[in-house]
Amino acid sequence: MKRYVIIGNGVAAVGCIEGIRKIDADGTITVISEEKYAAYCRPLISYYLENKTDLKRMGYRSEDFYQNMKCDVLYGRKAIRIDHNGKKIILDDGSALAYDAVCVATGSAPFVPPFEGLETVEKKFSFMTLDDMFALEASVVQNTNVLIAGAGLIGLKCAEGLRDRVAGITVFDIADRVLSSILDTECAAVMQKHLEENGIRFMLGDTVSRFEKTRAYMKSGKTVDFDVLVLAVGVRANTALVKDIGGEVNRGIIVNNRMETSIPGIYAAGDCTEGEDISCAEKRVLAIMPNAYIQGHTAGVNMAGGSEVFDKAIPMNSIGFFGLHAMTAGSYYREDQGGECHEEKTDGRLKRFYTRDGYLTGFILIGDTERAGIYTSLIREKTPLETVDFNLLKKIATSAAFMPEVRRKKFGGAV
Amino acid sequence: MKRVYVNEQWCLGCHLCEYYCAFANSGMKYMATALKGKPIYPRIHIEGDEKITFAVSCRHCTDPICVKSCIAGAISKIDGVVRMDQNKCVGCLTCVLVCPYGALSPNEKGVMQKCELCLMNSFGAPACVKGCPNRAIVYEERGDA
Repeated sequence: MKRYVIIGNGVAAVGCIEGIRKIDADGTITVISEEKYAAYCRPLISYYLENKTDLKRMGYRSEDFYQNMKCDVLYGRKAIRIDHNGKKIILDDGSALAYDAVCVATGSAPFVPPFEGLETVEKKFSFMTLDDMFALEASVVQNTNVLIAGAGLIGLKCAEGLRDRVAGITVFDIADRVLSSILDTECAAVMQKHLEENGIRFMLGDTVSRFEKTRAYMKSGKTVDFDVLVLAVGVRANTALVKDIGGEVNRGIIVNNRMETSIPGIYAAGDCTEGEDISCAEKRVLAIMPNAYIQGHTAGVNMAGGSEVFDKAIPMNSIGFFGLHAMTAGSYYREDQGGECHEEKTDGRLKRFYTRDGYLTGFILIGDTERAGIYTSLIREKTPLETVDFNLLKKIATSAAFMPEVRRKKFGGAV
Repeated sequence: MKRVYVNEQWCLGCHLCEYYCAFANSGMKYMATALKGKPIYPRIHIEGDEKITFAVSCRHCTDPICVKSCIAGAISKIDGVVRMDQNKCVGCLTCVLVCPYGALSPNEKGVMQKCELCLMNSFGAPACVKGCPNRAIVYEERGDA
């Protein structure tokens, strides 16, 4: 009977469990969970603050999931080291777990820049885990002023979640625009305006030069007074377990499309990995939910002796703030990189399509997101644009833009 | 497994399927009281142009990417049917971003909904099929999985 160990208990771990069980009903599965909760999806913590979900509904799978999957979960335990020669995992309580195949699904951790005087700030929080969120929730009241470091996905979702619970929210970022990792300048301006209309204040292209208890002295010379500080500057992949034993690591743990690391018997999945982004043919950390699950599932199937590849990874995000939705996918090539940008603009709605060499490589949609998956599939499937009515697609996402025989295949049989 | 298929050469583009769908999922007894004067949020919709029209609803894919992508774990495939747990959905629209068919859409409250073949409502079989005047929409077996 094979022994599987999964380090981590997030979405990638669930994918891995389901992947293993697809092939192997009998092997033992042990999950090492640093957090004391059953698997939940971290982006839901901001929805919790908005009362759009609760602890019970946040569970990524049903309550009897681990039992049904015949998994042992070690809650509150941490893996310290992988002994890949002895094929065992050393835990923080000194015990060891023998394995035949292990999946490292350790996710990422908040990156906190060395701000001067940060140690003088009493109420400061990250916004990654349920416990982070509970601590933050307990420290805010209606007259609290919140300062958020970072205008990325995490910082802004936190801002949205807190808006109705506090007196004011200011977000600063060294980048000159919001959501700089997924939006270009013009699209970011549309989203920033919408966020400002909903009460969020911004200090962009600015950062803190020094904290003094509840005051931030900015590089620009401005000062901001706050009660609570949220640190959402960025995240770093948790790569140490593989790096420490000489496995190939860059910004994330390097994996191939079977989710194998450079060390035999050790697989990796989710936010801790760096795999191929097919929209630019480069290795990237793609710390997004769908990839975490699919990578985990791929790892699980292969760990159990099956064969699965995941070779369709692209960055993609669907994110909304105060009723305005943005969807993005792929890579945006500039003109000097051979790229071309096609824009469709109607009152408050903005669509930008990035193409190169006859293929869609990326898009940004603000407001009009209906059937966006049709666009995403063009990137994922590398559909030559000459085979579709791209002018129609730019205006409206519709399968009418495909050739009849392609459409008949999509809608006329099992897919 | 039986699925809903549309023969686009027979589709009139009359949108009746949309109304039958909205009615079947309204939980109400009479079509008029369920739909009259209200915006409808059907789980099937007509696409096309002046030359061709066709109805689009969930394909209940063999390997559904929406199930793998849902951040809330709200979508699952049970006995061949891809189902949405509306109680868990937070309306992030990630399923819209990944579905290559454009088969998911939000209801009036921003909660996602999709075709579940009317197996969960009082119709028990796809209402769009029953209501299609030209028999362009069919419910039949066309392959495994």
